[in-house]
Amino acid sequence: MEAISTWLNIDGNSVVLALQAAAEKLDVAPGEAVLGFESVRRIESGALQAMQEFADIADEKAVKVVLRGVNVEVYKVLKLVKLTRRFSFVS
Amino acid sequence: MSVGEAVREAVQTPQPEESLSEARIAYLERLVSQAKVASAVFTQFTQQDVDRIVKAMVLAGLEQAQYLAQLAVEETKLGVMEDKVIKNMVAMEFTYNYIKDKATVGIIREFPERNLVEIAEPIGVIFSILPITNPTATALFKCIMAIKTRNAVIFSPHPKAWRCCSEAVKIMYETAVKHGAPEGVFACLESHSLQDNAYLMHHKDVSLIDATGGPSAVKAAYSSGKPALGVGPGNTPVYLEKTADLNTSVVDILISKTFDNGTSCASEQTVVIDDEIYDMALRKFSELGAHICNERETKLLEQMVIDPQTGFMQPMAVGQKATDIARFVGISVEPSTKLLIAPIQGVGREHPLSAEKLFPVLAVYRAKSVEEALKVCVNVNHAGGLGHTAVIFSRNDEIVRKFSEVINAGRIIVNSPGSIGALGGVYNDLVPTLSFGCGTGGGNSTTDNVNIFHYLNIKRLARRTQAHMWFRVPNQIYFNMNAVENLRQFPSESTIIVTNPALEHIGHVNTVRRCLSPQTRVHVLVIPDAEPEIQIVKQGVESLNSYQVDQIIALGGGSVIDAAKIMKLLYESPDADLEELAAPFLDLRKRVVQYPTDKIHQTRLIAISTTSGTGSEVTPFAVLTDKKRGRKVTLADYSLNPDVAIVDPQFVMSMPKGLTADTGIDCLTHGLEAAVSTYASAYTDADAMQAIRLAFKYLPVAYADPRNEEARCMMHNAACIAGMAFSNAAVGVNHALAHAFGAHFKVAHGRANALMLPHVIAYNAGVPTKFTPSPYQSGYVAHKKYALIADLLGLGGRTVEEKVKKLIAAIEQLLDQLDFPRSIADLGISHAEFEKAVPELVKIAFDDPSWRSNPRMPLLSELAELFWKAYLGRGLAKAAGASRQQSA
Repeated sequence: MEAISTWLNIDGNSVVLALQAAAEKLDVAPGEAVLGFESVRRIESGALQAMQEFADIADEKAVKVVLRGVNVEVYKVLKLVKLTRRFSFVS
Repeated sequence: MSVGEAVREAVQTPQPEESLSEARIAYLERLVSQAKVASAVFTQFTQQDVDRIVKAMVLAGLEQAQYLAQLAVEETKLGVMEDKVIKNMVAMEFTYNYIKDKATVGIIREFPERNLVEIAEPIGVIFSILPITNPTATALFKCIMAIKTRNAVIFSPHPKAWRCCSEAVKIMYETAVKHGAPEGVFACLESHSLQDNAYLMHHKDVSLIDATGGPSAVKAAYSSGKPALGVGPGNTPVYLEKTADLNTSVVDILISKTFDNGTSCASEQTVVIDDEIYDMALRKFSELGAHICNERETKLLEQMVIDPQTGFMQPMAVGQKATDIARFVGISVEPSTKLLIAPIQGVGREHPLSAEKLFPVLAVYRAKSVEEALKVCVNVNHAGGLGHTAVIFSRNDEIVRKFSEVINAGRIIVNSPGSIGALGGVYNDLVPTLSFGCGTGGGNSTTDNVNIFHYLNIKRLARRTQAHMWFRVPNQIYFNMNAVENLRQFPSESTIIVTNPALEHIGHVNTVRRCLSPQTRVHVLVIPDAEPEIQIVKQGVESLNSYQVDQIIALGGGSVIDAAKIMKLLYESPDADLEELAAPFLDLRKRVVQYPTDKIHQTRLIAISTTSGTGSEVTPFAVLTDKKRGRKVTLADYSLNPDVAIVDPQFVMSMPKGLTADTGIDCLTHGLEAAVSTYASAYTDADAMQAIRLAFKYLPVAYADPRNEEARCMMHNAACIAGMAFSNAAVGVNHALAHAFGAHFKVAHGRANALMLPHVIAYNAGVPTKFTPSPYQSGYVAHKKYALIADLLGLGGRTVEEKVKKLIAAIEQLLDQLDFPRSIADLGISHAEFEKAVPELVKIAFDDPSWRSNPRMPLLSELAELFWKAYLGRGLAKAAGASRQQSA
C-alpha cells in the first residue's frame, strides 16, 4: 500500500481535543500521520491518556505516527511513561 | 521498639501477588499507573509552580490541623488531641519554614570554586507507609515533601489509622490539584494488607519506599530490593548530669515524655541521674505531677506494661494516659498524675522497664559516677535504640562530648526535650521532620532527619577544572664562569663539602674552599663516585651531626648532589623513613606520603654541579641505588630541592669525553621528555625547548673540543635549564626504560637513555594504545611538540609526521657524532641474556614512576617492544634476522 502522509498541527492549549480530531482522520488517511507538536510546551495527564489512545488506534489501522517538533521536556515525559516507543520523532 | 513489635516480626514478608486477587492487582496497577503519569507530568513543573502549590497545601493543613488531630485520636485511641494538633502544625509550619526557600527544581546548589553544580531530579513514584503513632502529621509532612520535590506518592496507612491518614492525604491532594499539581499525584490505599504493601514494594514503577512504621514494615522495605528510607525503633537514654539546670531539665523531660502520651519514638525512656542530684530530681518530678513508684508498684508496672514473653511493651499501654495506666496496673495515684516514674537497677530483659515505652512511664537509674552513667546510657542505647535519639542534660561540655562519642544516635539532644527536640526546628536547628533516620544501627540507610533532599536524586554537573600548576626551582641560581665566587655571600659557622675523590684530587674542593668566608669551619666528606647507597648516606649524616653543620655544599655530579640531598633530609629529620618516602604516587600534590616538615636542624644546601647533564642542582629528585633489589629508588619532593645552585663551567672543563657525551644526552632527554610530558606547561616548555636547542648546538662541540669554553658553558647551562623543565614537568617512559636497563646491566644513565631515545620518540609520536589521563593538557600533542622542536632546530619537513622523522634522524646523527653504541647488542649483551632479562626489566620499568607523566601510557607489551627495539637498534631488520638465526 502506498504510504500517505497526513499532516496535523496539535494545539498546545487543547492537546486532547486535537488528538481526538486527528484520530478521526486516521480512518481516511492510512499510511503515516505526522503530528506537529511545536506549540505543545507542556503536557498534562489527560493528554498523555489521549496520546496512548491515539497510538492504539493508529496501531489498529497500521498507521505510523510521527511526532514533529516535540520539545525535550515533553519528550522526557513521554519517555518516563514509555510512550516514545509508540511514535517516531522528527525535528 | 514500636507497637506490636514481636507479633509483626513473626510475620513473614509476603511475596508479590501472594493471595492477591486479579481485581486487587488491577486496582494496585491503576494506582501505580496514575502515580507514574503524574510524576512524569510533574517533571515539567518549575520551582515557582511547586512553591505555589506547597504554600497552598501548608495553609490548608494548618487550617485542618485540629480536625485531623481529633480524627487521629478518635480512630487510633492513642495520644493527646492537643499535642497532635501541635504535631500537625509543626509538620506544616516548621517544615514549610525550612523548605520554602530551598531550591528543589533544576539547579539547587552551585559551587563555583569547584566547578560543580547540583541539579535536582525527581524520584518518580514513592510508596510510603504511615504509622499509627503520628498518623496525620506524618501524612501531611510527606505530602509537602513530595510536592516540593515533584514526586508522586502512594500511601499505605496503618490499618488502625486509615481514616485519619486518608483524610489528611485527601486534603493535601485536593489542595494540590486545585493549585495545579498533576492529577494522581497522591493516592491512599483503600484498605491495608501486607500483600498490598509487598506488591507495591516490588513494583517496577515504584522508585522509592519510605517506610515510617514498625520494624517489620521497615525490614520489608529494605528487603524489597528497592531503594528505601526506613526509620528504626528507638529507646532513648537520657543522662541527667549533676551540673545540669535541674529545674529546666525536669520540666523538659516532663514536657517530652508526656507529649502525645509518649507516643513519639524519640521520647525519653530511661533517665540516668547522677547520685548527687538523684533525690532532688525525683522530688522535683514529684512536685510537678509525676508519681514516683515504690518497689511494689515498679514490679506491677514491669509485669503489666511489658510483655514478659517478648520483652517489648504491651500495645494496650501505648499512647495512654498515666492515670489510665496506673488504674489498669493497680497503682493508686493522684488524678493529676502525668507521668509514672519507676526506679530500675539495671538494663536488659531482667529489667523490663528499660525497654522502649511509648506511654508516660519513665524508668530512672541512680548512677554513682559519670563512668557508670555513661555505661548505663550505652546499655539503653543498645537495648533497641541504636541510631535513634539520645538526650543529655549537662553544663559540662567535656561530658557532653564524651556522651556524644559513646552513644550511637542520629540525634543527640542537649538540654532540651527529646521528642520535640528531635523533630527539629523547635528547640534546635535540626532539620524539621516526622521521620527519624537511624543509620545502620537501626537498619536504615541514613541517620538524618528525613527531609526533602531524601526525596531527590541529586545530579552533579562537574565541569573540567583548570588544573593548578606550578614552577618551583631553587631560590637562587648563579651561572657562568666563576659563579662559585658567589659562595662568599652565604654566612656559615660550619660547612661540609660533600664530594668524590676525583674532584678533591684535581683541586675543585680547594677552589670551593677559597670562596668560603674565613670564619667558616670547613669539613670535607669524600664519598665514592657512584650512585649513592643508603649506607654511604647514613655515614654522611653521622658526619653532619658530629660537625653540627649549618651548610652543605654538594660538589659533584648527580650522584654526589643526590647523596647530599638525602643527607640533608635525614640530618634535619632523623625519623624520615626513606622506604616510605619512596612510595609510588600518581600526583605529587595528592600523594599519600608526606615529607617531614618538623626539622631539628636548619641547613642550607648549595649544589655545585660538575657534570652537564643530570640537572640535579635544581631538581627535587634524588636517586638511591637499592642493591638488594637491583634497582634505583627515586625520591621526589620539592623539599629536596637545593636552596642554591651554582652552575660554573670551570668545574666541567676537564670532564672526560665519554662523560660529556653521556651527561649531555641525559640533558637532551630531560628536555625532550619534559616537552611532551603530561605536566608540561608554557613555563616548562620555554626551558625544555631552550635546553634542547643548546644541547643540539653545543654538545657536539663540547664533545669534539672539550676545552671550548663557550660550548662547555652553554652545555652546563643547558643541563641546568633542562633540570628546571623536568623538575616541574617530570620525565617519561625513556627514563623508566633507562633506569631499569641501566641498573640491571650496569650501563651509565646517559648511555642507557641514548639507546632508548629514538625509539621512544617514534613511540610517543604514534597514536597511543592508551592515553595517559591528563587534566593539564588539551588533546594529544606529543607528535606536534616533536614537530615544534624540529622547527626550532631548523630540521625542515612539511607535515608533522615528516618533522618527527627528521627529529629522530637528527638525534640518530647526534648519537653517531658522540660515538654512542647504537644498540644494546652493540654493548656486547647477548640475545639470550637480554631475552632472559626482559620480563623483569619490563616489570621494573612499569613500576618506575617516571612514565606516569609520559603522554602515552605504556602497556607492558609495549615496554617489552621498546626494549627489543633498543636491543636491535637502528639496523632493525638486519639485526632481527641475525637474532632469529641466533635463536635458531
